[in-house]
Amino acid sequence: MHEMSLAEGVLQLVEETARREAATRVKTVVLEIGRMSSVEPEALRFCFDSVTLGSIAQGAELEVVMVAGSGWCMVCAQTVALNARFEACPNCGSYQVQAVSGTEMRVKEIEIE
Amino acid sequence: MCTVCGCGAGETRIEGDGHAHPHVHEDGTVHSHAHAHGGDHQHPHDALPVAAHEHRHHHADGSVHAHSHGHQGEHAHPHEPPAAADLDYGNSPARAHVPGLSPSRMVQIEQDILAKNNAYAIANRAHFDELGIFALNLVSSPGSGKTTLLVKTIEQLKATRAISVVEGDQQTSNDAERIRATGVAALQINTGKGCHLDAHMVGQAIERLRPADESLFLIENVGNLVCPAAFDLGERHKVAILSVTEGEDKPLKYPDMFAAADVMLLNKCDLLPHLDFDVDLAEANARQVNPHLTIFRVSARSGEGLSAWVAWIQAGLEAQRDKRAATVAGLKARIAELERKLAAQ
Repeated sequence: MHEMSLAEGVLQLVEETARREAATRVKTVVLEIGRMSSVEPEALRFCFDSVTLGSIAQGAELEVVMVAGSGWCMVCAQTVALNARFEACPNCGSYQVQAVSGTEMRVKEIEIE
Repeated sequence: MCTVCGCGAGETRIEGDGHAHPHVHEDGTVHSHAHAHGGDHQHPHDALPVAAHEHRHHHADGSVHAHSHGHQGEHAHPHEPPAAADLDYGNSPARAHVPGLSPSRMVQIEQDILAKNNAYAIANRAHFDELGIFALNLVSSPGSGKTTLLVKTIEQLKATRAISVVEGDQQTSNDAERIRATGVAALQINTGKGCHLDAHMVGQAIERLRPADESLFLIENVGNLVCPAAFDLGERHKVAILSVTEGEDKPLKYPDMFAAADVMLLNKCDLLPHLDFDVDLAEANARQVNPHLTIFRVSARSGEGLSAWVAWIQAGLEAQRDKRAATVAGLKARIAELERKLAAQ
């Protein structure tokens, strides 16, 4: 359960921030997940609800903002849009493409009371 | 679910389930995502819109865009409730918040979810570099022959270098016992329910094993081709092991792992005469995912190809030692310079 570890990572960041801000409740947690990251958003959502039980973030709404993928094609020498990490370049068909965005997994912000 | 436009399912794709719709966004990007339906309805969407209608979307940053959505033929469309199909963050309490009017507030975090693991990994790597230790993280599916390969590798190297091994498994200490039988130090980590080793576990293993200066540190990760790819342990290289009794397309099925690795060992090559495994195809698939991959064809059982792999480790050990020597020499020069300055005062 890889997403479980990630959900725990999210909770740690949320709890640290909530404590620092002297919050009493976390209402919303906003994540930025790249389309080409190794995260399955639905599984993460499920795990998030489980790990937040009994924490300050219990019942918090999880918003997942998907970030589009792009990569640098070494053959075309330009940035191209990617749907999957190991996709060929849409222009030239080469697999010499280095992912430049869409692999992120970040906690962007939280809404607290 | 796609939270850009509020439709579609996650990235888990089950063959035969749902279908995909392409969307064009305002900035010109096109994406397509799967779209599963709970209710039964016909859905003869054609490529060309006949009777198009529009949906407006509000984005988290307040921008609004619309895109058209074509239909051909009659079909019921019980996307329930219609209003819920549009994710309107602009109306949500989180976005409509005005400071001072409500007790809730947004706090920016902007941190990587794996930040904690990565911090431990950086500390482990710094420790390895400081002591000139060459650390490898061996990853594969269960049963690819990782432990046998480690035992054979250790037998060839233990005379020249100190070696310590971390064994990751959900349960049992069988693997650590097999390694200890070769005479080198080994520590078993049982992850219990966990599917991977993390950098904190490895940090604790370093404290227990206390690897010698300029030694070889081998980490045998939990047999799993998915999760260990995302967790940096502080190693110099990830080494993926693929055995020829698996499919040639494994690098394509589990691309994250082969992309994260620098080296791939194609193990059990002694069995090739008895199999239909296409070695060249397997290597081509792996290079499609990771063009920079170094590949060795080996057999831990017969010993074929192991000398090239062992030579690669020795080169790594030497590079790590040279790097440390350069650092130490640099520091010594700096101390000598400071002492000279002090003496001159």
